[in-house]
Amino acid sequence: MKRFLYELTESWKIAAAQMVANKTRSMLTALGVIIGIVAVTLMGTAINGISTGFDKSMAVIGDDVLYISQRPWTRMNDWWNYRDRKKIRTEYADKINHAIAATPNSNLMIAVPTMSLLRSVKAGDNSVDGVFILGTTTDYTLISTLDCSEGRFFNELESRGGAEVCVVGYDVADAAFAGRSALDKKVLINGHSFKVIGTLSRQGTFLGLFSLDSIVVIPLPAFKKYFSAKSEADVRVKVRDKTHMADAVDELTGIMRRLRSLPPEKKDDFSINEQQAFKSTLDAVKTTIAIAGLFITGLSLFVGAIGIMNITFVSVKERTKEIGTRKALGARRRTILLQFLIESTALCLVGGLIGLTFAYLMCFGMAAAFPSFPIRFSFGLVIASMIVSVLTGLVSGIAPAWSASRLDPVTALRYE
Amino acid sequence: MSLVTHHSSLPLVIDIENITKEYVMGEEIIHALRGVTLQIRRNEYLAVMGPSGSGKSTLMNMLGCLDTPSSGRYEFNGKNVSEMDGDELATIRNREIGFVFQTFNLLPRSTSLRNVELPLIYAGIDPEEREERATQALTDVGLGDRLTHKPNELSGGQRQRVAIARALVNHPSIILADEPTGNLDSKTGEEIMALFESLYQQGNTVIVVTHEADIARHARRSVHLRDGVVESDELAPLPPPAAMAVAVESLGK
Repeated sequence: MKRFLYELTESWKIAAAQMVANKTRSMLTALGVIIGIVAVTLMGTAINGISTGFDKSMAVIGDDVLYISQRPWTRMNDWWNYRDRKKIRTEYADKINHAIAATPNSNLMIAVPTMSLLRSVKAGDNSVDGVFILGTTTDYTLISTLDCSEGRFFNELESRGGAEVCVVGYDVADAAFAGRSALDKKVLINGHSFKVIGTLSRQGTFLGLFSLDSIVVIPLPAFKKYFSAKSEADVRVKVRDKTHMADAVDELTGIMRRLRSLPPEKKDDFSINEQQAFKSTLDAVKTTIAIAGLFITGLSLFVGAIGIMNITFVSVKERTKEIGTRKALGARRRTILLQFLIESTALCLVGGLIGLTFAYLMCFGMAAAFPSFPIRFSFGLVIASMIVSVLTGLVSGIAPAWSASRLDPVTALRYE
Repeated sequence: MSLVTHHSSLPLVIDIENITKEYVMGEEIIHALRGVTLQIRRNEYLAVMGPSGSGKSTLMNMLGCLDTPSSGRYEFNGKNVSEMDGDELATIRNREIGFVFQTFNLLPRSTSLRNVELPLIYAGIDPEEREERATQALTDVGLGDRLTHKPNELSGGQRQRVAIARALVNHPSIILADEPTGNLDSKTGEEIMALFESLYQQGNTVIVVTHEADIARHARRSVHLRDGVVESDELAPLPPPAAMAVAVESLGK
């Protein structure tokens, strides 16, 4: 072991001297590995970023809320199976709340109806397109993480009476009133006038894709009155303990089946969605990205490895006489093998370090350019890419190093 | 052919009995050695001579444990070399044999010190002791002030001295020089031969492989090869006066 460390140290010195002696060649060769490591690191950072961003966005939606909808969220490719289902009606919310009250130790807390549409919102000359108009009750504050930075949410009375009041998201307030307070101003939604009574605090974006702040919340009766009473509704149900999610889903399914009077042999004609389902869909996407990414980065590393192997073969050929001399002076096969393995590994490691530096700078630049997209450069990635570099070095160096170690000293000494 | 019994009181270093070596070259089998018997004792100064194709180089490879014979027996300090594998041979070369090459074979980008340290690295000597011994060896060949010079900063004669220091640094049983003056002018060549003479005088065993009679003249015993066999093996009648004079001078330094 001690002997091995000794040889290792000596081999490192030789490798360092070789790299310094052939600077240009070493750099050009390492370029393949540099590109490979940049690709690996950026890919890893992207996957990390998507994951973190998703968790953040999910926290906004709330991970303790079940959504009763007409169709499942995660099944896009067989929508026709759900098309003819009965619509979810906002009245279910009250009935579910009664059922919850009647159940001792219920896993559910409260049900809140919601309806939504995309409409443009106007204030004076300013117009904001594609705003998410959400109709709900005052109980909505109990199940969401929304809170008002200014003003207040509508109360029970306004909620039931369908008062023409609204709470606007940060983006809407910002775009419609350009920095001035939105409170007590009027906005026009689809031509109907609503008074702003509150502004929501900023939520950020969902995965950097769309804003969660482009929203206007109005009382449900007003929504039904001015927009479509027939548009699709959801009922959101908050669970008491999110560690008993499955029990909560079972209980809610039971309540819904009773509401719909489904006989036992009939299948559910509604869907209970939770964000966990979203998460598993995203996990599948993440896996696909990771596999595709791994393939691409693997390919660039492979090309890099071939470059290293090639240059190590050249190096062995060039230094045949040196190898002969070293053998004559008593270098064993293992020593020669180690020397060339370390040379290729050192080359890859230096390439890896340079690649990491580049990748770090690129992440830094990207984070500065697109602040909304979540980017994370993790320590684990640094370790992983170092290991990948070393493995690339060993794999690409083994064949040339082996051939060097097997050289016959007589032939090698005679080589010119 | 006369078998020489020289310094018969000193122990045998090399004991070769009837070795042969065949190479396959294309479809042809080359018989490079056809049965060579040779004994070399400690503190001999031997020249191996012969025209090209005589088997001289092959015998040198055998003596230097760079290669093993096809048949016959070779004992080095009582150890049977003919049956050793590559790594065992490497150990013998490292511990017992100091090589001096015609083309010096120094590592071009390493300093004299680093070049001389090389055999010690392969022997696993600690860095401090390594440097000390390499410095001593370089000083012994008159290059104590050239420790940090690289080969391209040295003259041919100095390069060969570095190589000789490298050969000596591990205190080998034999010094094996292959045409050591082949790449040097005659004056520098004489200086190198004087160095060998003084090494011999200090008790080393020196074997010089050469085709030049002038160089072989420095040795005390010369073995002539022809067509893969020993043609003659004789003691020099007297040490050549010129060589002695140089030797005495260099010893006096």
